[in-house]
Order: sequence, then structure tokens, then C-alpha cells
Amino acid sequence: MLADKDRIFTNLYGYQSWELKAAEKRGDWDDTRGLMARGQDAIIEEIKASGLRGRGGAGFPTGMKWSFMPKEPKPGKPNFLVINADESEPGSCKDREIIRHDPHKLIEGALIAGYAMRARAGYIYIRGEFIQEAWRLEAAVQEAYDAGLLGKNAAKSGYDFDLFVHRGAGAYICGEETAMLESLEGKKGQPRLKPPFPAGAGLYGCPTTVNNVESIAVVPTILRRGASWFAGIGREKNEGTKLFQISGHVNRPCVVEDAMGVPFRELIDRHAGGIRGGWDNLLAVIPGGSSVPLVPAAQIIDAPMDFDGLKDLGSGLGTAAVIVMDKSTDVVKAISRISYFYKHESCGQCTPCREGTGWMWRVMERLVTGDAEIHEIDALWDVTKQVEGHTICALGDAAAWPIQGLIRHFRPEIERRIEERRGRTLEAAE
Amino acid sequence: MPKLKVDGVEIEVPQGATVLQACELAGKEIPRFCYHERLAIAGNCRMCLVEVKPGPPKPQASCALPAADNQEIFTMTPMVKKAREGVMEFLLINHPLDCPICDQGGECDLQDQSIAYGKGHSRYDENKRAVTEKYMGPVVKTVMTRCIQCTRCIRFMDQVAGVEDLGAIGRGEDMEITSYLEHALGSELSGNVIDLCPVGALTSKPYTFEARPWELRKVPAIDVTDGVGTNIRLDVRGRDVMRALPRINEDVNEEWAHDKTRYVVDGLTRGRLDRPWLRENSKLRQATWEEAFAKIAEIAAEAKDSVAAVAGDLVDVETMYAAKQLLAALGSTLIEGRQTGLAYDASNLAAVNFNTTIAGIETADAILLVGTNPRWEASLVNTRIRKAVLAGAKVFAIGPEVDLTYKVQWLGDDLSLLHKLPKDATDAFKDAQRPAVIVGGAAIKTPAGQAASLALVKTLDLIRDGWNGFNVLHTVAARTGGLMLGYAQDGGMASLAQKAPKLLFLLGADEADLAPFAKSFKVYLGHHGDKGAHAADVILPGAAYSEKHGIHVNLEGRVQYSEKAVDAPGDAREDWSILRALSDVLGQRLPFDSFGELRARLFADHPEFAEPGLVPFVWAPPKIDAPKIGKGTEVAYPIKDFYLTNPIARASATLQRCSAELLHGQDFAEAAE
Repeated sequence: MLADKDRIFTNLYGYQSWELKAAEKRGDWDDTRGLMARGQDAIIEEIKASGLRGRGGAGFPTGMKWSFMPKEPKPGKPNFLVINADESEPGSCKDREIIRHDPHKLIEGALIAGYAMRARAGYIYIRGEFIQEAWRLEAAVQEAYDAGLLGKNAAKSGYDFDLFVHRGAGAYICGEETAMLESLEGKKGQPRLKPPFPAGAGLYGCPTTVNNVESIAVVPTILRRGASWFAGIGREKNEGTKLFQISGHVNRPCVVEDAMGVPFRELIDRHAGGIRGGWDNLLAVIPGGSSVPLVPAAQIIDAPMDFDGLKDLGSGLGTAAVIVMDKSTDVVKAISRISYFYKHESCGQCTPCREGTGWMWRVMERLVTGDAEIHEIDALWDVTKQVEGHTICALGDAAAWPIQGLIRHFRPEIERRIEERRGRTLEAAE
Repeated sequence: MPKLKVDGVEIEVPQGATVLQACELAGKEIPRFCYHERLAIAGNCRMCLVEVKPGPPKPQASCALPAADNQEIFTMTPMVKKAREGVMEFLLINHPLDCPICDQGGECDLQDQSIAYGKGHSRYDENKRAVTEKYMGPVVKTVMTRCIQCTRCIRFMDQVAGVEDLGAIGRGEDMEITSYLEHALGSELSGNVIDLCPVGALTSKPYTFEARPWELRKVPAIDVTDGVGTNIRLDVRGRDVMRALPRINEDVNEEWAHDKTRYVVDGLTRGRLDRPWLRENSKLRQATWEEAFAKIAEIAAEAKDSVAAVAGDLVDVETMYAAKQLLAALGSTLIEGRQTGLAYDASNLAAVNFNTTIAGIETADAILLVGTNPRWEASLVNTRIRKAVLAGAKVFAIGPEVDLTYKVQWLGDDLSLLHKLPKDATDAFKDAQRPAVIVGGAAIKTPAGQAASLALVKTLDLIRDGWNGFNVLHTVAARTGGLMLGYAQDGGMASLAQKAPKLLFLLGADEADLAPFAKSFKVYLGHHGDKGAHAADVILPGAAYSEKHGIHVNLEGRVQYSEKAVDAPGDAREDWSILRALSDVLGQRLPFDSFGELRARLFADHPEFAEPGLVPFVWAPPKIDAPKIGKGTEVAYPIKDFYLTNPIARASATLQRCSAELLHGQDFAEAAE
């Protein structure tokens, strides 16, 4: 269990003010200049050493990502940092809490990260529905400008860095990094083909790194307390602390910071007040936001909650949005609703996702009531395989995985509904 | 030069090639819908997936993946086969099964590829999607339910045509292609999206339900609606030309054609002259060939050598040659082709030619347009200029401001600017490696204009090693060929009128001002009852460009051969044979009895026509004594209505509607509903 002294987000619940003064009392903006004086490569090395993996879902090592940026930007082609605050994954609500209560962690992190990757400016792309949060973030950025912490000679470091807040318009796909860049440029939010990767040609064709809010917000603390401190928490290759967002059938849903690799049972018992109706009442868990496959109760209870631990269960940590479902859940209906979400949010650019998400959702709707044939389960499985891995971005995969998880673990339940309905029809026909 | 293996065969591909191109070089067919050689890569149809090693364990879109050293590509593995079947199935689940009533049937990429790469059966039991129709103007018919969202049309309009009229709205399976607010597409190139559309979503509106591709005979021809000489294919059924489609010619039209090229064929069956006519008591009456020829012979006997000929915009070299020979036999050299009264010095053909060549202009880095609106005068030259601009060229222009689809710095509407170009322009030309000037008819109308334009060759240093940046943009198909045959009098039409010829041959000349020739006896040899025919005393019905073999020389001096697609209607005959028959009646028999003999004569006299390709004109510009251009000399572009520049176009219902709707703002959208 994570000790209080090891928490990074000390104002996660907003018991204190979010404003600059209070943030400074909590240790933010403390000798930022000194941190930056260590040098750009030293900062990247430190982040690499800390083992920080991207907190947006994919878990790519953050330090390594930064090191892909050109060391000497070409004239007319400045480097850019883009911070992904388009938190739209069903179940996820960690970036929202950071922006609400600890925005200066993010802003300071943006300056340091931007400096380390030689970025001329940073853009925070915030989800359109986050209205209050966007206002707060804008106010916090203004505070930082007023205090000389951003802009020319930011934090008296001698480095010029501007930070802009850009509001999205409510499309889930704009949380995909290249679609975000398109959207920032004022175009329709559709993912770009890779290669070229954003580090080569990103925003306006310039080298760009896109990072999640949480990945950036933890950077100043890692630098202050040292890579070894951060790396000392959690398991190997899954180091550090993480914001878990526990929702669903628990007694006290919450967002909480804990060590990576914390066992599921401990996470729920300690922070969420246990499963509604006790552990025997647990049906399944979606451990990382709607796009990862669900894990049935028996497998997850003692599993470590981190990237590799959940990968071993055929699922993923994703954004650590833990959706708990007890035995009162209509699990087929739940996955069908997720299917609808992906059908609704598919950008429509590439074929498998555009056509496949609608198909999958329609079949799922029929499976809910059992209005289908047994062989259609196999056809559906096949369709998810035809979508997965065939699309430009990962939304196709995200639409396929929940259904694959359902079929893998709850096929008997689906079959039961089909049989039952058939039985009813036969009776009626007699 | 990366070396890689495609299905085990090692090949070397050019730097920058994609995996798809590498596969094609290796002789493998890669199915595709969204990929098109001339458009930006979209990578969205996912049909071109192949297996690549090293790489992630999933198939990759070959159209967007750069070929690299030591790659191993597999195009026929189970993974690839399954991926193709999957994509094909997805494309088909929401595609209507209306092939029997679809105009694309028989030339549909989706049909062909579903046979080659599809599964052959469907597992989809849900309802299919239906999409509301979108209005896209007079030439593009939409059946949007058939759309597979490949976005070729959007990319074409954006990148090649340069108008942002098409886009996609909605997302996911609700994504729809639409024109902006469902207005008609505002581009003269809009017909190309019909060819680009791989399915039957965008088809040709005038050609709706007219023919099936397998019923059509395909004849290679040359377009005559402007000076570009677009290579076209005439699709013929029976004795009708059903449609005109572009053929690929990288040097001329790439694979595009403008809407006038495509839909001028609708005018071929309307307003035709299909029998001779004779004017009696100031009224035209139908006549026989004998009567018509006898009347001409009667006048010719009086006129002796007071004979002249004016060549129209669409005529072929052979007709002009035969007419020239006939006049020579009668003792006259009064031949002229510049009907609208242009009288520039044509003693050196290089000085009135598009020397940079059409393909060459896209490599220019500074371009000055003088008195020309290339978008209307030569649309496919305009797309090349646009390419140059996208590659970084700067364009300046003298003339009234028009939308050329790219960024132009307008210097003003005063031709006297030629004497002292603004500093911006001269600076840009000083830095340029490949400077070009394009001079239009509006600029060389006067000797002063021509002299000042030619003076730019020195001041802007237009001629360098392997580069001639001086270009005259002719607007009509017959111009360069006519000039090569000497259809240019000193003083042009005005001097012809001064000579007051007693007998005047109009070879399809419909744009000329005939008032000064009120006293001449006018013989109109042509195919449409247009201005020339109305003024004529005798009408001899000839053949349109689709009805005869013919040589056409385009504005860059490229000799191209067009083939006969159909016979001329009624009593109409091929022009050369009419002139040959007439010469007999006039007692001056022309020395050829067949088209082959005519060509042999022509090639003997003018060997430059004997080979297709660019004619090497020698640069020797004339010295022109002319005063300076007066201050405030305004420029008037020669084309007032893009869609109605020639008699066939004016007879075409489609082009009439294009003109009314796109240029004169008449609203047809509601009526279509």
C-alpha cells in the first residue's frame, strides 16, 4: 500500500485550494528553475530511469518518447508538446480531478517536459464537455503567466515557453494522438496514417510529442524526489504510482492514487469499501476503461493492477478506470452499450471500423435478448477479428476487445439466452 | 534504392516508393479503392493490406507504407487473404445490391474486386444503410447509398481542382460525402470525380441509363474544345458518340479532362447541318450538292482570285491544308484562322508558342500571367500551374482579378505594367531558376502588347540552358496547326476584310465578325447551324471532329492524331472530300483522291505533321516596331462563357445548363427534386 508521504497528487480531493499560492505550499513550482538547470538530456535520462510509462493507456515509456524529439529543431520547424486532456474513455476521470484540484502540477510538468524536449510551446487539448475544468485550467495558466512562470524566460530559467489551452468539441476520437493534432489544426478529427510519427511530423508538420495529463503532471515530483524513489514503487517495468478510478458496484466509488501493481482485492477493500454485496457477489471487472476486455471475478481478485499483470489476464491496465460489475449486471447488455459507444464515436474514415462497429453493435443488441442463432456468436467473434488490427488507429481494436472479452468469458450466458428465447418461440408456436 | 523481397522475389525500387508500388513493380496486383496515383494517400479503404516483415504481427496498408531495405512483403498469405476478404465484406454490407440498375456496372472497381478478392457470400442480416441523395450540379449524378467513403472525390476537388466544394460530414457509419450546402460543384473539372469514383455513387448525369460499357466501341481521339489537345476516348454505340473520357497522356492532360471536353459530345446530334443549303431571295433553302456546287462555281468564275478562307476553331489540319491548296489553285493566298481579329506577328512560330510545354510549366518557380485566364482558356494548363504553386512557385498576373484556384499576386488591370513591372515581381523573377511568362490573347491583341511581351524575354531572362519560359497561350484547337499552314495574314481579319474578297470560305468559322464581309459571297463548310451558317449564302454540311480522322496541333506545338469514331449524319461529308469534289466543279482539281493521298501530300509539303509529338520551333522572335502601351490599357479576357465557346458546345443541352447554372446563377437544384 502506498504511504501518504509517497503520494504525488496531494490535493486530489480538493480539500485545499487549487490556486497558485496553495499549490506552492504543496511544493509545486519549488525551484523549477533548478530542476530545469539540470539540462535537457539529464531530465530525459531521469524520466527514463524512473520507469514512467505513459498513463494514457498504451503504457509507452515516457522518457523514451521524449528522446525521439529532434535535439536541434530546424528553423521554421519548432518542436511542440501536446497534452492530451481529452479524457473521454468511459470510466476514466483522473485527468479531470488533476485539472480541477491540482492544475499547477500539470502546468509545471508541461514547462519541464516542454523544456526537456526542446518544445517552443505546449497545447493542452481539453475535452469539450469539461467546461468548468477548462475555465479553471485557463485561470491557472493565466496565474502562471502572471507569476512569470510561463512565457518569456519562464520561471526565470532563461527558456521561453508558451502554453495554450485548446477546447475540443466532444469527439472521443480526438483523444487519439494524431486525430488530436488534426483537430488542433482546425480540421476534422480523423487519425493520421503512421508513419510519419508525430515526433517526425506532428502538429503543423513539426516534431510533436503527445502525452497524457497524468504522465506530465507526475514529472516535477519525479525530478524532485528522484528517479529511484519513483522506480522503488510498484513492480519491475510497472513502476510508480497511478491514479485508479473505481466505479460501478462498489460501496464507495472513488479516484485514488496507489502503487502500481496493487492487488485488486486490496484496492477495492481499502479504498472503495468493498464490493456491493460482498466478494461473492462480484461478476466481472473491466480494469482499464471501456476499451479493454473484461476479466471475470475469479481471475481478477488477486491479480496485480498494472500493465503486465493485466496483460497476462488477456486484458489491460488502460487508463486504470476500474469498472466493477456485480452479479446483478446484465453483462451482455453492458457490453452492448459499450459497443454502441464505439459505433457512435467511430470517425468513419477507414472501412473496418466504420462498417464493423455498426455491425457488431447490431448483433450485440440481438444477443441481449437472445434473438439470434448460436452460429452468430462465432460470426461476431470473426467480425471482431476482422476489425482488430486492420484499422488506422486503435479505435477499431477498442471496439473489438470488449466483445471478445465477453465471448471468451460469458459465452454460456449468451447461448443460454438464445436457447431460452428459442424455447419460448417454440412453445408459442405449438 | 531500397532492395526488398515481394513474395520471395527480390527487386530494387526507386527511393521513396511505397510498398504498394514495390508490389506492382514485382508484378503483383494489389486491390485498392482509396489509393490513386495522382491524389494524396489516404489509406482509409484498407483494401491494400499486405503482410510485411519486419513489422507488427498484423497486416499493413501498403499504399501508405514506405518501401525499405530488407523488407519482406507477402501478398498471398492466408493473413492477407483473410484481411482482404474482411474489408471486402465490410464494404459490401452496406452497399446496395442494385448493380442491374447501376450505371457503373461493368466498369465498377467494387464489382471487379469483390469477384477477385471477396468471399462470395454474405453473413450480414441487419438492415442496410440508406443515404440521402446530394445535389452536385449538372454533370454529377449521385446515388450516395452506393458510396464506400474512399474520399477520392474530396481529395481530387481539394488537391487538383483547387476548390473546396466537397467534404465529409458526420462520422462513423453516418459519414456522408456532400458538396458545400449541396450547391453545384463549382469547378470546370468536376466531371473527373465521376471517373475517380470506384463505385456508382458519382456517375455522369447526362449519361444516366444511356449505355453499358460492354456495348461501346472505344475510339482514341483528340479533344478540340480548347488548345490543350486533351487525349480522349470516344465511346460509340451504333452511330452515336455516347461519351468522351480522357485517356492518359502524361505530357498533356495526365488523366483529366474538363467538363466541356466531356459533355460537348451531347451537342454532336443537335443543330446539325445534314444537307446542303442555298440562299435564294435572302432565305436559305435545302439544296442538292450539285445545286450548291454549281452556285459556288458561278460565283467563283466571277470572283477569279478574289477568294479568301477563314478557318474556324475546331478544324483539323487536313481541312485547312485542302482549303489552302484549293485557294492556291484559284490564285489566292488570303487565308486566316484568327477569327476574332487577333493580328499578332506570327512570322516566327516559336514566338507564339507555349514553349515551356504543358508538363514543363509545373516545374516553373516564378510565373507571370499576362492577359490570360488560364482556368477558362486552358483548364489543364491551369492545374499544372496550380501544381507549380503547391511546389512553391510564385504567380503574378496582369488583368482583371479572377479565381484561378491558387494564390496569385494581382499586379493590376493595366497592360502598360509590362513596361515597368512592380518590384515584387521583378525580385521574384531575379531569384527564379525557371521563370515563365504566359501571354494570353488579351495581351498580344496589339503590336505594342506583343512587343512588350517579347521584351520580357530579355528583362526577365526567360531563356536559359534547356529552358524557354516564354509562352503564348492559344485558346483554340486549330490555332497552332493553322499558323503552321500559314493561316495568318499580316493584319489579320481586318486586312482580309480590306481586300474585300468576292468569295469567302468559312471553314467552320463561327466566332468571326462577318459584318465587314457583307458584300462577299459566303460559303460555310461546317457541321452546326451556328453564326457562320446563318450568314452563309451556301452551306456545305461537313463533319465534326468525331466524324473524321484528323491531325490537331496543340498549344505547345504537339502534333496529335485523332481517329474517326462515327459517320457524319445525313448528306454531310468529311470536309476534305467536299473540298476535293468542289475543286472538280471549279475546274481546279486537287491532286488527291483519297484521304491517304491527301495526307501524303500534306506530309510532303509539311513534314512536321508526319510524326506525332512536339514540333521543334526555332526561337527567332520578330522585331516589332510599336509604340509603348498606353497607360490604363485594360485587359479583356477572350472567353466570356467557358461552357459555350464553340458551336458544338452551344448546341449541347448539358453545357447550356452548366453555363446557366454555374456561370449565370440560375437555380436548378429545386427542380431536380
